[in-house]
Amino acid sequence: MAVTEVERRRGKLAALSIAAMVILVGVPLWWKTTQTYRAWLPVAQINELAKLQLQLSADVEVVFARGTATPEQQKKVPVTQTQDEDHAVDEDTTLRYRHETRYRTATVMEEDALKQPTAAEADLSLHRLSESPCGSLVIYVIPESSSLLPENVNVYIGQRRTALLRIGAQMKVGKTLKQLLAHLEPRVKQILQVMSFSHNDITAALSDRVRFSPDNKESIADSMRAFKSSPGYEITFSLLNPDPKSHRLHWDIEGAVQTYIQPLLTKLSPVANFSLDSQILYYAMLGVNPRYDSSRSAYILNADSLAHVINPVEARLGSNAASSNPVLNFLLYVPDAHHSPLYIHDHKKREVQTNAFHSPRWGGIMVYNVNGFYQTGTNFPVDVNINMAKVMGVFLAQLRLLLGVQSTAPPSSFQVAPCGSSGLADWELDRLMWSRSVENVATATTTITSLAQLLDQIGNIVINDNIAQQVSSAVTSLQLAVAELEVGNLGFALQYSKEAILASEKAFFDPSLLHLLYFPDDQKFAIYIPLFLPMCVPILLSLLKIVSEVRQRRREKQAKKD
Amino acid sequence: MASYWNRNPIRVFVFLILTVFVVVRSNIPSTPGEGAEERRWEASQVGDVDPGMSVAPPHPHTNTDSFQEELVVRPLHSGDIYASFQFRTVWEADFSRGNKVSHYQLFPKSLGQVISKFSVRELHISFTQGYWRTMQWGQPFLPSPPGAELWVWFQDSVTDVDGTWKELTNVLSGIFCASLNFIDSTNTVQPSAAFKPLGVGNVTDHRFLRYATLPREIVCTENLTPWKKLLPCGSKAGLAVLLKSEKLFHSSFHSQAVHIRPICQDQRCKSTSLELRQTLNAVFDLHTSGQAKREWSLFKMFSRTLTEACPLASSSKIYIDITDNSQGEQFELSPASSLLSQAVVLGDRRTFSVYDLTDQATFGSTLSPFDKKWQYPIGDMLRPLLHAERYVAGYGLQTGEIHTVMYNHHPYRSFPVLLLDSVPWYLRLYIHTLTVTSKGKENKPSYIHYQPSKDRLRPHLLEMLVQLPPNSATEVTVEFERALLKWTEYTPDPNHGFYVGSSVISSLVPSTVATNTSITQEQPLFSSFFPCKEELSYFVRVYTEPLLVNLPTPDFSMPYNVICLTCTVVAVGYGSLYNLLTRSFQIEEPSPGLAKRIANVIRRMRGVPPL
Repeated sequence: MAVTEVERRRGKLAALSIAAMVILVGVPLWWKTTQTYRAWLPVAQINELAKLQLQLSADVEVVFARGTATPEQQKKVPVTQTQDEDHAVDEDTTLRYRHETRYRTATVMEEDALKQPTAAEADLSLHRLSESPCGSLVIYVIPESSSLLPENVNVYIGQRRTALLRIGAQMKVGKTLKQLLAHLEPRVKQILQVMSFSHNDITAALSDRVRFSPDNKESIADSMRAFKSSPGYEITFSLLNPDPKSHRLHWDIEGAVQTYIQPLLTKLSPVANFSLDSQILYYAMLGVNPRYDSSRSAYILNADSLAHVINPVEARLGSNAASSNPVLNFLLYVPDAHHSPLYIHDHKKREVQTNAFHSPRWGGIMVYNVNGFYQTGTNFPVDVNINMAKVMGVFLAQLRLLLGVQSTAPPSSFQVAPCGSSGLADWELDRLMWSRSVENVATATTTITSLAQLLDQIGNIVINDNIAQQVSSAVTSLQLAVAELEVGNLGFALQYSKEAILASEKAFFDPSLLHLLYFPDDQKFAIYIPLFLPMCVPILLSLLKIVSEVRQRRREKQAKKD
Repeated sequence: MASYWNRNPIRVFVFLILTVFVVVRSNIPSTPGEGAEERRWEASQVGDVDPGMSVAPPHPHTNTDSFQEELVVRPLHSGDIYASFQFRTVWEADFSRGNKVSHYQLFPKSLGQVISKFSVRELHISFTQGYWRTMQWGQPFLPSPPGAELWVWFQDSVTDVDGTWKELTNVLSGIFCASLNFIDSTNTVQPSAAFKPLGVGNVTDHRFLRYATLPREIVCTENLTPWKKLLPCGSKAGLAVLLKSEKLFHSSFHSQAVHIRPICQDQRCKSTSLELRQTLNAVFDLHTSGQAKREWSLFKMFSRTLTEACPLASSSKIYIDITDNSQGEQFELSPASSLLSQAVVLGDRRTFSVYDLTDQATFGSTLSPFDKKWQYPIGDMLRPLLHAERYVAGYGLQTGEIHTVMYNHHPYRSFPVLLLDSVPWYLRLYIHTLTVTSKGKENKPSYIHYQPSKDRLRPHLLEMLVQLPPNSATEVTVEFERALLKWTEYTPDPNHGFYVGSSVISSLVPSTVATNTSITQEQPLFSSFFPCKEELSYFVRVYTEPLLVNLPTPDFSMPYNVICLTCTVVAVGYGSLYNLLTRSFQIEEPSPGLAKRIANVIRRMRGVPPL
């Protein structure tokens, strides 16, 4: 019997050691070899970004010219004053606007500059004296008697980052400093609304992140008109000639682009890269037949039918094969000789002055009638030289709208300087940069958080090192962008936000995330069962047997003791 | 069935992942009404944003682009009709300066952008459905292999040629709606001699050349539509009106191509312009489609008639080959054209009847200008001097042999040919078995360039210069072994076989007729494509048939079966081992036999002690 006992012990030990091997070596080995590679992601930081607290800071300098404050008042003027404005946009997003106002008196040179005969000249010479950094503003408070501004104008907004504010008539010398500042404050705020970021702009820029209840149709239309922020844009000018048999069109697009469009784009270059090209499309028809109006002996396109105009043309426009940036299309349509002249009517059945319209986030179309070139007895084709100044004026206006250079109507007592040769004032660029930075931050955070969410939900997705690296760099850039916005370094903030958006998109659309090697769990187990079942059943059974034997023996011992 | 078991779930799961993707993306809050459903159209208001600059005096812009179109119709000896369209757009643009702003007039913007972005010097792309039967039809004006062919010369400023090539094929794939994105390093070669630049330029370093074919590519309407879009007049006017896809693809042979190359602007060649040639060749079998009547007309071939020339074209002509019909014995042309033209095409002097579409009188009273009665041709066709064919020999699924036979039909002249063969890596060539024989004797190639393949990386490239003796057939044979592919590398229909692209045979064939070498004289487009430097020879490129090779194809349920089988074997082995290790064995007393037990029962009943 002793031999069998030894045998049984050996059997038991063998079963136990095999079970131990399977559990200690087999299972970890299987786990390790079938595991997908998942690089480490900064999840905690991403979750932090999901709760976005943006603070926008702008420096405002208020300069008192001679005759606006008494020397005693000037001495008592507080050096800085900070105004915070908090908005909770939704539960995850809060905004804080901070305006740091600094007060000082004008220097001698500034006084000289303010003595120029007109506001425009004063603006220019003030700009020559000192250049204020991106995102900041200087407001010169000038005395009521100043001849710089016309009678009914109180505020002049210059081409750069300066504004002239005429002090009210009731603010004669003798009022207290407190009263003076209290008098200035609402006006400064008004100026800031025009020249710096406004709450409407910023919330519109956050539209990628926050869902808004539609409060009024107009503001939605405004917010949807401009293109989404993108690191680059392709601008294409197309001349549509549906009737090459009758018209031989000549347009000096190269010169026109150089003269009219390029200065604006150079100015906008911190915001995005632009590439320009042009083409001529023949036999490109509009999608609708215009209605003939016999009273005016002209063809009419109604505003309702404009939506159908583009589709057939769009097929011919061609996408840019060489880049994936959004394309802004500007079409110049010369109607064919049988449908000419052609006029566009708006919703109120009035003729549109420019004979042009634009489509949000797509581009603009202008109809160019060439009836003036038809003379009695001319034989076709007619040579037509297109007046590019007229055309480019319209396209430039559309381009500004589509790029999101908002021209909110200033209050009536404001005078806005006409923008110079670049077609864009410095403060307009600043406004655009504020909203683009916020928009980029909003888009990048949503992209990164949804990517993290996706990777969290599907455990099978391989996360390669390059994706992890992109995600980390996006997160770092986002943090930097938010920090720079907080400090008020607009240029850097935009730069970082652009980097963030690039990295996040690259990570999100990486093809390796969609690799073909994911199997559902049930099928994996269907394959494993032929191996696992015959292996595990004997082990389990012998383990059960050992356990029951041990129990039995214990019970016997108990019984013996008793 | 089991193969589906293995493949479909993967697809289903990918789909699931995609759905999850979409759901997650759509969780992002977005502006209401965002998307395609609403586009608001607004009248543009121009406020004070007009820069208010002085109005630039409009000055007439000199039109520097030019456009020509041409159709050649040639009745073939087999009774088929060969129609060849050529459209030529010349763009006087200088790419070497690298200016960013590009303004396009007649040249298509999509191609122009591609050329400037990828620094392409020359681009040749062709899509062909059907095989050109050289022995029955003669030489085509522009040869092309079945399927898709793409060869590109890059500028020597390109540093990463392979990367640029990959991007370029992807972009072209989008432009032409073709599967050119399947071009990768496994089917791309750099021929050292066979493909020289056709345009001006002295770069012949083949590092900047890439050549690839996709013999499996099927050409159809979706390739024709983008091709037509590249024409300045689209399909709205001019000869392109005839290009109706339902008729074009109801033909024995269809080939469309785009060739871009730099050409000289003038005779002195100080500056270059870019030439875009779009060609389309079709061979119509009118006997089958025309209810057994041999009448043909433009309307019968294309079911369209011409009404006008493209107004942008500087020349728009139709050439009808009447060489075999000088007295009108085979067909009549109506309306008859008084204009005759002679041109030397591929070593043969042909006479053409010319119709100028820019001349309004051509259209005359009838809308269908050509209506012809056909009679079977008398006399023999001039045999093409160079001809080639190719086939796979051998049996079984392990080894095989590729035979390429090149014929020189010239009665007394021998001439050299350049043979280019690009064989995929899964046919492993035994290059030591390469033999070249003509007239039963070994014919030693004077130049051999061989680049061995690398598995899954690059194909075999074999180029050689062979002298073809007069009136002979030269046979090139090489043995190969078929490789086993990984199961994910098989096509969805692996039993169909795997295509091997055509061999390319390029040669300067001696000609009896002097070819015009001066570029000053205005030549028809079809005879002026290949640059010609010698008077007494002409350049010919011949493509052989593509090969269809069967590879050993596994049963695709195999992986699952193998897994199951292996698991079972492992489990059985493991089970017995486990039993051996854990069971304790002991000798048991043999149990008493049946008789003994019965006896014991009886004894117990009797009260006697058991045995």
